[in-house]
Amino acid sequence: MSFLEYAPAPESQAILNLRSEYGLFIDGEFREGHGTPFASISPATEKHLATIAHADAADVDAAVAAARRAYDRTWSRMSGADRGKYLFRIARLVQERSRELAVAESLDNGKPIKESRDVDVPLVAAWFFYYAGWADKLDHVGLGASPAPLGVAAQVIPWNFPLLMLAWKIAPALAAGNTVVLKPAETTSLTALLFAEIVQQADLPPGVVNIITGAGETGAALVGHGDVDKVAFTGSTSVGRAIARSVAGTNKKLTLELGGKAANIVFDDAPIDQAIEGIVNGIFFNQGHVCCAGSRLLVQESIHDEVIDRLKTRLSTLRLGDPLDKNTDIGAINSAEQLERIRELSDVGEAEGAERWTAACTIPENGFWYAPTIFTNVSTSHRIAREEIFGPVLSVLTFRTPAEAIAKANNTPYGLSAGIWTDKGSRILAVADKLRAGVVWANTFNRFDPSSPFGGYKESGYGREGGRHGIAAYLKTAAPALVAAAPARKTVTKGATK
Amino acid sequence: MTSTQIVPGERAVALLGGEANDANLRRYMHGIPGVDAVGLEQRAAGLGTRSIKTTSKAWALDRIIGLIDLTTLEGADTPGKVRSLVAKAITPDAADPGCPRVAAVCVYGDMVPHAVQALGTAHGDPDQGKIAVAAVATAFPSGRSSRSIKLEDTADAVAAGADEIDMVIDRGAFLAGRYGQVYDEIVAVKEACRRADGTSAHLKVILETGELTTYDNVRRASWLAILAGGDFIKTSTGKVSPAATLPVTLLMLEVVRDWHRLSGEKVGVKPAGGIRASKDAIKYLVTVAETVGEEWLTPHLFRFGASSLLNDVLLQRQKMTTGHYSGPDYVTID
Repeated sequence: MSFLEYAPAPESQAILNLRSEYGLFIDGEFREGHGTPFASISPATEKHLATIAHADAADVDAAVAAARRAYDRTWSRMSGADRGKYLFRIARLVQERSRELAVAESLDNGKPIKESRDVDVPLVAAWFFYYAGWADKLDHVGLGASPAPLGVAAQVIPWNFPLLMLAWKIAPALAAGNTVVLKPAETTSLTALLFAEIVQQADLPPGVVNIITGAGETGAALVGHGDVDKVAFTGSTSVGRAIARSVAGTNKKLTLELGGKAANIVFDDAPIDQAIEGIVNGIFFNQGHVCCAGSRLLVQESIHDEVIDRLKTRLSTLRLGDPLDKNTDIGAINSAEQLERIRELSDVGEAEGAERWTAACTIPENGFWYAPTIFTNVSTSHRIAREEIFGPVLSVLTFRTPAEAIAKANNTPYGLSAGIWTDKGSRILAVADKLRAGVVWANTFNRFDPSSPFGGYKESGYGREGGRHGIAAYLKTAAPALVAAAPARKTVTKGATK
Repeated sequence: MTSTQIVPGERAVALLGGEANDANLRRYMHGIPGVDAVGLEQRAAGLGTRSIKTTSKAWALDRIIGLIDLTTLEGADTPGKVRSLVAKAITPDAADPGCPRVAAVCVYGDMVPHAVQALGTAHGDPDQGKIAVAAVATAFPSGRSSRSIKLEDTADAVAAGADEIDMVIDRGAFLAGRYGQVYDEIVAVKEACRRADGTSAHLKVILETGELTTYDNVRRASWLAILAGGDFIKTSTGKVSPAATLPVTLLMLEVVRDWHRLSGEKVGVKPAGGIRASKDAIKYLVTVAETVGEEWLTPHLFRFGASSLLNDVLLQRQKMTTGHYSGPDYVTID
């Protein structure tokens, strides 16, 4: 027997009680949608999980109206300390139900249970804990005394980290005193609906959090709604562009967190074994469905062969398969559509002359899967070096000098994240300073913390999520006119402009 | 057990580009890429989350027993204590004759004759289901004595019938940058392991990682020990805290893997001290299998230096057979 063929260690699904149908969560209760319901399937087995309601324009109206009522009557009037109590309660409930949420996330999204259990869900709780702490300290955000919430926030999130993106959006919005209408991605609505149950359990006033499900047109109706004050979107650059266009000329505030094509730069003095782990974590974490994934490996030419050799050995130990097995490293691709895009771009890579290497692993019969793949001999002009593949595909380029590494790293329309691997501290600082990317990781990759702002340069979007900057995006200065006109030291009266 | 043919001298000279003196060793070992502590510990923690269940767990528990150097290294050791340890080594679980035997017993040099005598026909190569005798030598655990005493200590244990010698490196010399001295000493001890018939006792080189304190030092000392001809590199004496840790063992396994890539030769690794629970031992097996490959999970390439670990494994083993946990009185003390 081979020890490395670990016996199956599936996480039990018994803890999860999915309903067969889910409605829209509006004004504190579940109700039917007016659109045609759709199915949510498990990408690992293609099995039906639940039927999800589809919100049409009337449902969007109802949700925004509920959020507006809750904003006017309760949430914006509540003290920060009290809002904080609700958020702390939600954070604790997320922790209590963490196993259940992790199982649901892995079932619905296809990500390995070890990631949903050890990364996604703990970070969700951390995000609520962190912003719960801000709720009664808004004076210290940096916008002057008593900054005011914006109102109703329309939030649209992607399928790669369904529950975590929900937390990134809802936690700061509520802490600042806004109410929200959130639309999860069509293929991954389940954990948002479980979160709606947590909202009920936490006894949050009705209408403060509304969750509506549906596809692109539902999202478009939501962000285009006239009574929305703030739009926050995480997803593709093309949709982000459309949203920016629809929001232009209105009073809506907008933050966009879009695509990326991050450079992971490995210098020849890098701690080699840890760099290999960082490369693997950078691009194969969550099947590469990560907007800040280190999808372009820039490796110094002198160590190229050794790095690739070691990387291939390491990739051969990755386990692809059942997302609910605790030993799975690579789960399922989220949808047939995404799988098709990964295949298409990989084929283009090969056609353009890059050399493809794929780890040998058994692909399950059903579901959507893509084995970890590396492209070497990639040039900056190749499409696989420029376009976001959003899958477990790494493009390897080389450089000779730090200046060339920086130039190549910045030579992209995106600018969300970057990584630097070197033993030399001064080089980390010098290079990081010149990289046009919102996050630069040094000797690590894909590390997240609620206190750290996250966001992009260029086509990776604008605005920051996380940290003080993340909550500032949901606030406005209390009395801009008065502050500007007021002589120094004069006390600013709260709500003076209303 | 005959020693595998790792000839230190020539290869070291070829690799270092000169003789193994302080300057050349320093130049080589300080040219090895550094270790990022955060990344190393993160990787070790990741390997520690593998979930080993059912058939894999049963295999792992049996294999752990077969990789244990059952150890007693006390000032209070007596022939009686050693006989008792040997009896436990031969029959780990009195209730189950099918239970595998440990790989070796590990004792102080003066206890070797008693161990050999107590083992009788069970004495031999662990690869053939027998039990080897390992002796700590070279002024264990501090290593603070003259070279001649250390060599005499080693030769004495080998003459008494020890199959394996667990030596300590001179940490003082290492930390002072006198790499040549550490190297020469390992080479000399290796020479002292030679028997009259030309065979040689296996040499395990204890780095005492708890005194080296940085991962960069551990990596350099591992290279040094391998270049000098050690058959095994071993983490600790068990007398210094921290003893074996998963990140340190992972790091040493990475060096062993790199040496194998470079030379084709296989060097063993022995974490020792502080591994008491089956659950932890299984994490080490996973780390070995996923770093150097599962062909390393044999007695001549991987060992646990432990004493209380054995009984915890036996309790787990009984639990897997009967379906319920018993208690400490259902396993024998040695």
